[in-house]
Amino acid sequence: MKIALEISNLKKVYKGGFEALKGIDLTVEQGDFFALLGPNGAGKSTTIGVITSLVNKTAGTVKVFGHDIDQELEQAKSYLGLVPQEFNFNQFEPLMKILVNQAGYYGVERKLAVQRAEKYLKQLDLWDKRNDAGRMLSGGMKRRLMIARALMHEPKVLILDEPTAGVDIELRRSMWEFLRELNQQGITIILTTHYLEEAEMLCRNIAIIDSGIIVKNTDMKSLLATLDQETIVLDIDSTDTRPQLDGFQTRLIDDHTLEVDVKKSQRINDIFIQLTTQNINVQSMRNKSNRLEELFVSLVGSGQAENQEVN
Amino acid sequence: MSSKVNFIALKSILHKEVHRFMRIWVQTLVPPAITISLYFVIFGSLIGSRIGEMGGFDYMSFIVPGLIMMSVITNSYSNVASSFFSAKWQRNVEEMLVAPVPTWVIVAGYVGGGMARGILVGAIVTLVSLLFVDIQIHNIWVIIATVSLTSATFALGGLINAVFAGSFDDISIIPTFILTPLTYLGGVFYSISLLPEFWQGVSQINPIVYMVNAFRYGFLGISDVSLTLSFSVLLTFIITLFIIAMTLISKGIGLRS
Repeated sequence: MKIALEISNLKKVYKGGFEALKGIDLTVEQGDFFALLGPNGAGKSTTIGVITSLVNKTAGTVKVFGHDIDQELEQAKSYLGLVPQEFNFNQFEPLMKILVNQAGYYGVERKLAVQRAEKYLKQLDLWDKRNDAGRMLSGGMKRRLMIARALMHEPKVLILDEPTAGVDIELRRSMWEFLRELNQQGITIILTTHYLEEAEMLCRNIAIIDSGIIVKNTDMKSLLATLDQETIVLDIDSTDTRPQLDGFQTRLIDDHTLEVDVKKSQRINDIFIQLTTQNINVQSMRNKSNRLEELFVSLVGSGQAENQEVN
Repeated sequence: MSSKVNFIALKSILHKEVHRFMRIWVQTLVPPAITISLYFVIFGSLIGSRIGEMGGFDYMSFIVPGLIMMSVITNSYSNVASSFFSAKWQRNVEEMLVAPVPTWVIVAGYVGGGMARGILVGAIVTLVSLLFVDIQIHNIWVIIATVSLTSATFALGGLINAVFAGSFDDISIIPTFILTPLTYLGGVFYSISLLPEFWQGVSQINPIVYMVNAFRYGFLGISDVSLTLSFSVLLTFIITLFIIAMTLISKGIGLRS
């Protein structure tokens, strides 16, 4: 398998001395669906900025399909498509012109660019808006426009920085579907997201960054397998006393909501058996939080990352 | 990247730039025509008739080349300054920065856009001036060369201004406090030879004097300074400003953090 992106010992110190990246290493294989997670200010956008040459690095190397951005920047850029976090298109230009011009910057002939613009505007449900100025679009439409723009030169690697921020659930799911299809077509996808469910649903591999350090870099299945405890929330018949469940930690949140900590070695069946013997009926059950979220919180603590080994 | 890819990228930037100023033609093309008409009415017809001849020509004919050049300078500069700064401000300059567009293509595209507006406005102003005066042409090639080089010089200046600008105020400071005084003192409305000797010497450090005079030579065949010196000044400015613009954009000054 080819390496799509290879980052070694990447450092970035901004003017004023803020150390945004403290020597990170990352490898993304061709065809991967890769998540870069981290809290605000962790260094996600700086990493993406350096890869796409919007941020000057302080030290380290970045290679895109083997092309070093220090020696073969234009070649490296030609493989990348970027969907940034902030809207960064000309708000006064019609959608069609935004897309066709962007394709032109990559050397795509105008005739072909117009065909591709039509294809992506239709796929992303923006065709009716093709002659409208960018500023006339809703937030979700603007996000889709930026995805269409990033695809105009048919990049091998698509980088999305918080692509579904501020997008409603229905639209988010349709965007997930679209990104999955792109990945199935062979496009390597790297995304940063605050929605951990999004990373869990879409990505095969994951890196967690905190305070400019990669604190975890592994495949999603292995990461989730390390989770040794989940909290489930049960909606139960009204009760005044906290049910006693042998072997389980429980908390009665209100008279009909019970939280139960379940270790990896324990069986959920045992909870129901014990509740049944106490004549307590369960109306419904859910996870307290997303599984990845629990891991994320445990990995990204205040200052904890400073002491973590870099994987 | 191949020269074909670069050529398509250059065409795209040029297309975008020309489309931008054509889309807002009421703001970009109409005001110079109105301003120049007022200059002709006030300085040409009303005051000019009392001034009499200058450099062997009636005053109206004398000021026409300078007024055209003034429009070319202002529009070439402000087109690139406002367009590139807007692209920075809206961050759509990143569309070019993430693409494999060489720096020289970005510079050439924006300068080309500035030249297109400068020369188009120059042509409009020339047409307006035909309503007031018969224009004679002494050497068309000098006219074309001067207008093209001057337009490129000030388009480069506008680009450098936009690179450093941090707010919309910053792109109006240089036109207001530097360009306008230099233009008014650059021999648009008078012959340098009318000035006392000291001020004639001072005028020679004003680059616009050379541009206006070379342009006037193309129309009337008269100039306060030598044509060779005028073109040398223009080429020196273009080369210097081009190197500065290339260096700034390559290093990402004002563009990359």
